[in-house]
Amino acid sequence: MNAPAHGLLAGFADVPTLLAALRALRRDGFGHLEVHSPFAVPGLDEVLSRPREPVHRRIAFWVLLGGLIGGFGMLALQVWSAVLSYPIDVGGRPDASWPAFLPPALEMALLGAFVFGVVAMLAGSRLPKLHQPIFASTYFERASQDRFMVLILADAPGYDAERARQRLLALGAEQIEEVPA
Amino acid sequence: MNATSPRAPVIHGDPGIGGLTARLSDLVLERPPGRGWLIAMVVALALAGLLAASIAWLLYRGVGIWGIDMPVVWAFAIANYVWWIAIGMGGTFISAALLLARQPWRNALNRYAEAMTVFAVAVSSLFPILHLGRPWFFYWLAPYPNRMALWPQWRSSLLWDFFAILAYLIASILYFYIGLIPDLATLRDRSRTRGKQVFFGLLALGWSGEARDWRRHETLSLLLAGLAVPLVFSVHSMVALDFSEALLPGWHSTIFPPFFVAGALFSGFAMVLVLAIPLRRLFGLTDLITARHLDNLGRMVLAAGLFVGYSYAVEIFTAFYGGDRYEIALAMNRLTGHFAWTFWIAIACNVVAIQALWFRAVRANPAALFAIGLTVLVGMWFERFMLIVTTLYRDFLPSSWGTFRPTFWDYATLAGSIGLFALLFLVFVRVLPVLPMFEMRKLVQHREARP
Repeated sequence: MNAPAHGLLAGFADVPTLLAALRALRRDGFGHLEVHSPFAVPGLDEVLSRPREPVHRRIAFWVLLGGLIGGFGMLALQVWSAVLSYPIDVGGRPDASWPAFLPPALEMALLGAFVFGVVAMLAGSRLPKLHQPIFASTYFERASQDRFMVLILADAPGYDAERARQRLLALGAEQIEEVPA
Repeated sequence: MNATSPRAPVIHGDPGIGGLTARLSDLVLERPPGRGWLIAMVVALALAGLLAASIAWLLYRGVGIWGIDMPVVWAFAIANYVWWIAIGMGGTFISAALLLARQPWRNALNRYAEAMTVFAVAVSSLFPILHLGRPWFFYWLAPYPNRMALWPQWRSSLLWDFFAILAYLIASILYFYIGLIPDLATLRDRSRTRGKQVFFGLLALGWSGEARDWRRHETLSLLLAGLAVPLVFSVHSMVALDFSEALLPGWHSTIFPPFFVAGALFSGFAMVLVLAIPLRRLFGLTDLITARHLDNLGRMVLAAGLFVGYSYAVEIFTAFYGGDRYEIALAMNRLTGHFAWTFWIAIACNVVAIQALWFRAVRANPAALFAIGLTVLVGMWFERFMLIVTTLYRDFLPSSWGTFRPTFWDYATLAGSIGLFALLFLVFVRVLPVLPMFEMRKLVQHREARP
């Protein structure tokens, strides 16, 4: 048991057991936890005391930025092309006929928001990733199906695999596996 | 409790999240194709081959192989384009607007509705390109530095449409893919052969379902849904502006953008209905896509159809109320002229036939719903054809009047586009989960938590 480990993975059968176990683990001072679940479990952020607002705000910020860049970029491109690069005088009408430039700018604003939002989500989760240490566990395959998994990471100070294992068993873990580093 | 009542369960039975996951992913991983799928695939391949042949012949000979000529220079290709992109709108709207409105029953429909959107938009975007005359120069629509120092015409609605289609195609692919990632991870984890593991593993991008990943995923899904709804409205308004920016009677009308959006949602909902009924039957999903889903879709088709019927009435009313002699002549021509039969087909399909949906018994009958859905799709195609051709074939001067007669290649391209759509959809139902597994799991869990 002395080989370097990534952490200890425990699966729970349902959400109430998972939430109760998480509360107990945090009370016992197991600080560095990850939770992998087959769907977004409501209430998880509160139990793990992870503030939700920064995540919302960060993604919303990138979506807004993408929209502004797409929209104003498209507007700028049209004005530059119609006013500076290749002005055509049609009966004295204004070159910078901005109302006619709004429809493409609107579409590109929406597209920019979409693209930036998707990139922000993937980058925030450090995806795409070809491998994660946790994939070494075959039990982990159930985390995308019907089990709610808690990972106690080994890099936390004072990590004791045996103590963690006993605690997880007591909290109703269905199966426990050590994930190699 | 009545199976179609608003409080009826959206999932029948109690599959449990493990059983549900196994069942839905086995549709992809384990289930053999089956005879129905194979027959449909052969037909779809044959029609897609016809499309390929039509396009090859078009590239070789030019747009003259179609029946278009002065004065009717827009006909099948543009009608097909509007028809297909409109079908796509319904899928995005069902997925995005119902997510924002917190309608959990949408979860059974959104995945294949989004797939339908991607395929319909992809098929539709072929038509304006093929219609260009020299399709290989379609990239001239994009603004890029070039040695001719030329720019696109920024003030043309046709160029606006290019950006609208581009934005909509990319956005609908992204929206579809973001929703797929957790399910791709499930398929990766359930695959038992190396090839499938690598295929789904690469597509899943290394998703591990950590709580923070889910938070980001949920936040982004909501934001994208909020952006997708105005995108749907703006894109189809842009399609309508292709017509209403022109100074032609019957096209030059401010009602066109909302009228087109209503028509788009109408035909899109009808296509979702038409796809749902064989899908739930062939894959044995009647307990997940339930009678209540079909009932709700029937109501949505009816509601959108009433908007469309209202628009028809307002268009004719406006022509007479406005008093412009060309508008009146055009309205009379639509009602009684050479192509009046297309107008009356549109009325029969889009206004009269859908009135049956007021009755609960009709909405509870899948065969009747399927027939009405198909009727609406046919009617909406004729509506677009009627709108385009009746305006063009009677020009302002009688000396420049003409007519339109479709050729074999007009029909072949239309049939082929249906084949291509069917081909893409048939591949989709074999390769990807037709229902979003993670959202269905949440639905099951939610119900278990409330005994």
